[in-house]
Amino acid sequence: MTELARVDASFLGEAQKRSGQNLNLCYQCLKCTAGCPTAPYMDIRPNNIIRMIQMGMKKEVLESSAIWLCVSCETCGTRCPNEIDIGVLMDALREMAIEEKIPAKEKNIHLLHEAFVQSIKRGGRVHEATMLIDYKLRSKDFMTDLIPGMMLFLKGKIPLLPTFIKGKDEVKRIFESCRKEK
Amino acid sequence: MKFSYFPGCTEHSTSVEYGLSTHAVFKTLGVELVEIEDWNCCGAAATHSINHLLSLCLPARNISKAQLAQAGPLVVPCAGCFNMLKRAQHALKSDQGKRKEIEDIVGFTYQPSFEILALMDVMLHRIGIERVEEKIKKPLKGLKPACYYGCALVRHPKITQLDDPENPQSLDRLMKALGAEPVEWSYKTDCCGADLALTHGDIVKKLVGKIVSMAKEAGAQCLVTSCGLCQANLEMRQEIGLPIFYFTELMGVAFDAEDREKWWSKHMISPKGLLKELELA
Repeated sequence: MTELARVDASFLGEAQKRSGQNLNLCYQCLKCTAGCPTAPYMDIRPNNIIRMIQMGMKKEVLESSAIWLCVSCETCGTRCPNEIDIGVLMDALREMAIEEKIPAKEKNIHLLHEAFVQSIKRGGRVHEATMLIDYKLRSKDFMTDLIPGMMLFLKGKIPLLPTFIKGKDEVKRIFESCRKEK
Repeated sequence: MKFSYFPGCTEHSTSVEYGLSTHAVFKTLGVELVEIEDWNCCGAAATHSINHLLSLCLPARNISKAQLAQAGPLVVPCAGCFNMLKRAQHALKSDQGKRKEIEDIVGFTYQPSFEILALMDVMLHRIGIERVEEKIKKPLKGLKPACYYGCALVRHPKITQLDDPENPQSLDRLMKALGAEPVEWSYKTDCCGADLALTHGDIVKKLVGKIVSMAKEAGAQCLVTSCGLCQANLEMRQEIGLPIFYFTELMGVAFDAEDREKWWSKHMISPKGLLKELELA
C-alpha cells in the first residue's frame, strides 16, 4: 500500500507535455547513460529517470541529484535511437521541481543558476563579479574556487563595474512576463 | 560584405582575447561586423535550466534587434550564445503557439528567413576558405592542434545544423587551410563539464583531464576551440600545460595580425613558448 501511494499516475503525462518528448518510446538501450559525462556522479542514471517517470515515481525523480547534474550537453538526445531529447526533459523536470518547491539535491547548482539569472535581470547582461558574490552569499561556500577566480581577476578578465544596457527595463518586463509563480 | 554581430557578455570579460582576435581577423579579411544595438545576455544554460520561456525570450530580443538593423545574417562567436540563439530560432520556426507567445512578450514579428550563424561557419561557407588563404602571411607549419568543438556548436544537430555531431570537420578544415596539421582524435565533442566548474570543480577536473590527456596522446601540441567556457575550463582545470587557443587567434597568427601580445597576456597557459619554437611568434 505504501509503495502504491508513492505512484503518481499523472506524472508521465505531465513530464511528456512539458518536455514535448514521447517517453513511451524508450526501450532502455542505455545509449543516453553510456554517453553522459555526468552520469557517473548522478544518483539515478538518465535511462532510469525515464523508466521511473513511466512508473510514476515523481517524488524520487524530482528529488534526485540527476536532474541538477545534467549540463545539457545533449549527447543523450543526439544519440537516442528514438529521438527522445533527454536534455530538454531534464530542463522540464527542474522547472517542475522548482514549481513544486522541492529543494534541489544539488543546492549549489540551483543557487548558481539563480544568481546568474538575477544578474541578467539587474542590468540586461551578466556581470561576473557581482554574480559570483551573489552566488557565494547564497551558497555560503566562500572558499571553493577562490584561486581560479583570483587568477581571472588578475588577468583583467573579471571587470569590476557592471554594464547596464539602455533597454534594461525592457528586459525586466520580459522577466515579469516569463515569471512562473502566477 | 557585412554581418550583424552578437558579441556576448564574455567578450568583455573571460574571453576578451577571443573578441580581440575576432575583430583583428575580420579587419584583415575586410569584412564588417555590425554589433547589435543594446544587445542583452543570451540567457545561457542557467536560464534554460530553470525557466524555459525566459530562455527563449531573452535571445529573441536580440533576434528582434538584429532583424531591425538589416545588417545581414547574425554572426555569433561564442558557442554557448550561438546555441541559445539557435534554440530560440528553432522554437520560433517550428512551434506556432510558442512563436506567438514569444512575439507577444518580446514585442516583435519574427522573420523566418533571418539567419543565425556560428563564426566558424561564416569563415568556411560565407567568407570562404579561398579568401582566408589569400590573407595568409605565415602558414602554421609544424603546428599540430587538436580541434575541440565541445557541445554547443554541434548539439543538438537539429538545432545547430552546423556539422556532424560525432566527428565534425569544420575546424579541422580551417586549420588545414592555415597550414596546420590537426590530429585525429576521439574527444572532439566530449563535454568539458561547462558551468559545473563553479560548483563541482572535481567533476570538471576529471572531464577536462581526460580531454587534454587524450589530445596529448594523439600527438597534439595544443587545443583549439570556439567557446569561452570550454577555453576557460580546459586552460584552468588541466595539469599537463597544453596551450588552449581560440581558432581566431591561430587565424591571427597566420595573418600576422598586430597586437597579438595582448591576446597571449590573457592566457593562463602562455602559448608563446610553443609559437616561438615553431617560429610563429
